[in-house]
Formats: sequence, C-alpha cells, structure tokens
Amino acid sequence: MNKPKLATIWLDGCSGCHMSLLDLDEGILSLAQKADLVYSPLVDATEFPEGVDVTLVEGAVSSQEDAARLRIVRARSRVVVALGDCATTGNVPAMRNMQPLSRILQRVYIEGADTSPVIPSVGVPQLLGQARPPREFVKIDLHLPGCPPHPKAILAALEELLQGRAPRPAEVKFG
Amino acid sequence: MIQKTKSISIRIQGVLVPTREGKTILEAAREAGHTIPTLCHMDGLRDVGACRLCIVEVGGSGRLAPACTTPVQEGLSVIIHSPRLAEYRRLIVELLLAERNHLCAVCVCNNHCELQAMAASLGVASVRFPYRYPALAVDLSQERYVIDHNRCILCSRCVRVCAEVEGAHVWDIMGRGIHSRVISEMDQPWAEAASCTRCGKCVQACPTGALAEKGRAVEEMVKLTDAVALAASRKGARL
Repeated sequence: MNKPKLATIWLDGCSGCHMSLLDLDEGILSLAQKADLVYSPLVDATEFPEGVDVTLVEGAVSSQEDAARLRIVRARSRVVVALGDCATTGNVPAMRNMQPLSRILQRVYIEGADTSPVIPSVGVPQLLGQARPPREFVKIDLHLPGCPPHPKAILAALEELLQGRAPRPAEVKFG
Repeated sequence: MIQKTKSISIRIQGVLVPTREGKTILEAAREAGHTIPTLCHMDGLRDVGACRLCIVEVGGSGRLAPACTTPVQEGLSVIIHSPRLAEYRRLIVELLLAERNHLCAVCVCNNHCELQAMAASLGVASVRFPYRYPALAVDLSQERYVIDHNRCILCSRCVRVCAEVEGAHVWDIMGRGIHSRVISEMDQPWAEAASCTRCGKCVQACPTGALAEKGRAVEEMVKLTDAVALAASRKGARL
C-alpha cells in the first residue's frame, strides 16, 4: 500500500516551526511509518512533486519566489496547512511592512554595510513590497498558529489529515 | 450597599433568572453564573460598549445589543450563546487583530494578553481579512511606562481608570473610526502630561501589551488587572 505523501516548505520564517516538527520525539517515528516525506528542507528532493497529500507551509510570503513556490505547492497538494504564526499573521517577517521596501533595503544594505554598500539585485529573489500571510495568495485548508506551534498540535493535525479526515478544532493560540 | 431597586426576572437562554432593575444584562448574567466574553469591560469602571464582544440577542427578534450597556427589563429574553453570536464574536476578534500590529510572539504580554486569550478561547486560528499593518507610534517618553499604539484595541480601560479611579483624566481618544487613537492630554508626549501622577493604573488596566512597564522583555509583562479592578470597585483606593 502506498503511504500518504507529506511535504513541508520553508518560506520567510526562522525554521522554528520545522524545529517544532522535529521536536515530536518518538512521535516522529510513528509519523515516518504513516507518511512518506517527499519534499522538505529536511530531504533531498529538488522539485516539488505532483500528488502530495498534505503540505505544511512555514513562513510568510516575502518575495516573488515565495509566491511562485506557494502556488506550485497549492496546485500539487490536496491539503495545504499554514504552519505557525508567520504563515498565519505574517508575524516577524511582516514587521517590515510599516516601512517602504526601499527604506528597508537602504537601511540594511547601504547604511548598515561596513564595506561595499550595494542593494543586491542579481541571483536573489525580488522582495515583495510587504510580507503577507499565505492565505492572501492561495487557499489554505488549515491554520496551526503558534510561534512555534506545539509539536503535539502538529502531530495531532497530521495524523487526522494523513488519513483524509479533518482535524478536530484544537486549542490554538497566536504567539 | 443596600439595594432598593425593584426585583424583576429576565430569561437567559430561555431560563428565568431573578435580577434587579438598574443592572445590565452582563451583570445579571454573571450573577447567574453565566460567562459572556468581554474585553473593554472592567469591574468598577463605567461600561462603554467599546469592544462589542459581549453582544447578545435581545427579545424575540434577536436584535443585537451589548450586554455591558443594556439594562435589564422585566420579562426581557436574552440569548447569550448561539452559533450566530459565536461567529460575530470571532469576526470582532479577527477585525481587532487585522486592524493594528498584534505580534504575539514578540510582545511583552505574550501569554498574559486578554486579546490573545480571547482569540484562543473563541477558536480564532487565522484572520480572514487582509492585515492592515499600519505605521503606528510608540511613545517612550515617560520614565517608567511605554505606550505602543500597535497593540491598542481602543477598549478605553486606560481612559476610564485614569479619569474615574485616579481622577487625573490624562488619557482620551482622538480621531474617528480607523484613525482613532489614545492620546495623553492634548496629544503631547506622555512625559509632558502634567496631570499624570505616574500611578500606573492605566498600565495595569490595559488588556494587551499597548501599555507596559519599561524594561520588560517578551512575556514578562503580567498585568495586575484584579488589583486595579478591586481599586476601581472601591473608588479612591490607591494601588
């Protein structure tokens, strides 16, 4: 029998949500038996595969590359889960949103540079004017807020989703 | 205090509840052991119906009214919990979260915030509206306290505790609608507000991290809300 396919993607976040996923202790063994991790910062796959059952999205959408990757995730996943506060509210990446992008780049790459002050433009993704939560770009099936979400909350949701069931609303909180 | 008001009965969720004239629906419901969610209400302070979380369905038509400012009447029938009310209450919390910059993860009041707890208890896991991310000021001029407008929900508990309990009336709300903002005196830096006694009741009454003690790191600001409510209930008492 083919196991359900699980994927995770890391957009503009600190990877803390992925750390919380790894923090499942022995739960990660049972998760490994129940699903194949087909794409993730934790595995080697370079291209997001077709026919994924559940994808966890960490992070806000801060660049054109983030938005493009998120759209591929949505098109190729049955269930898309926003994992953590950055993927729910924008959170820390969105703290730049009150300033114009040009002001941020000026502050960091020109005023903040010890040597060779230049705003990078080649080989790096074009930043969006604001970091925004994924649900403003694609349909999100479930939000698991938290900074980071509790490992048990992630596991509880995954166990239901991987079997094709909607998870019971759990006690969740921002922050 | 001896109550000389008339004894009446109202129906809450269809059940007859004894109460007295002059009470609000919120008071009558709480005395009967019911819970109605509130953010702008604080025991001892005059109610203003700012947050709208306590909306209830009144009468047969199900008209919506804030429980904190609606007086009871003989024979009044009130629904305090229904799927419709739950949905509106979630909507209100989502609008509050989208309106300013509530970043729980980096807030001094993380895990001690009434707005955060309210979102959790109502099952708000995300916000359906686009976040506004407005550019709002932080006033650090005062020596002991800070006001961060990013986290303010305009409940006006600071305004009322200062005016009604401390008797200083440093705070007010200026502007209208989305442009409303808490100001000290005539919209000047807090440190220049000569009427401020530095008592800190506003800080302790604030339900979020908008008013906080200086020098607190993330999660460190635990408010003495009960102490202020007690002081408010015995007007004139000092913290």
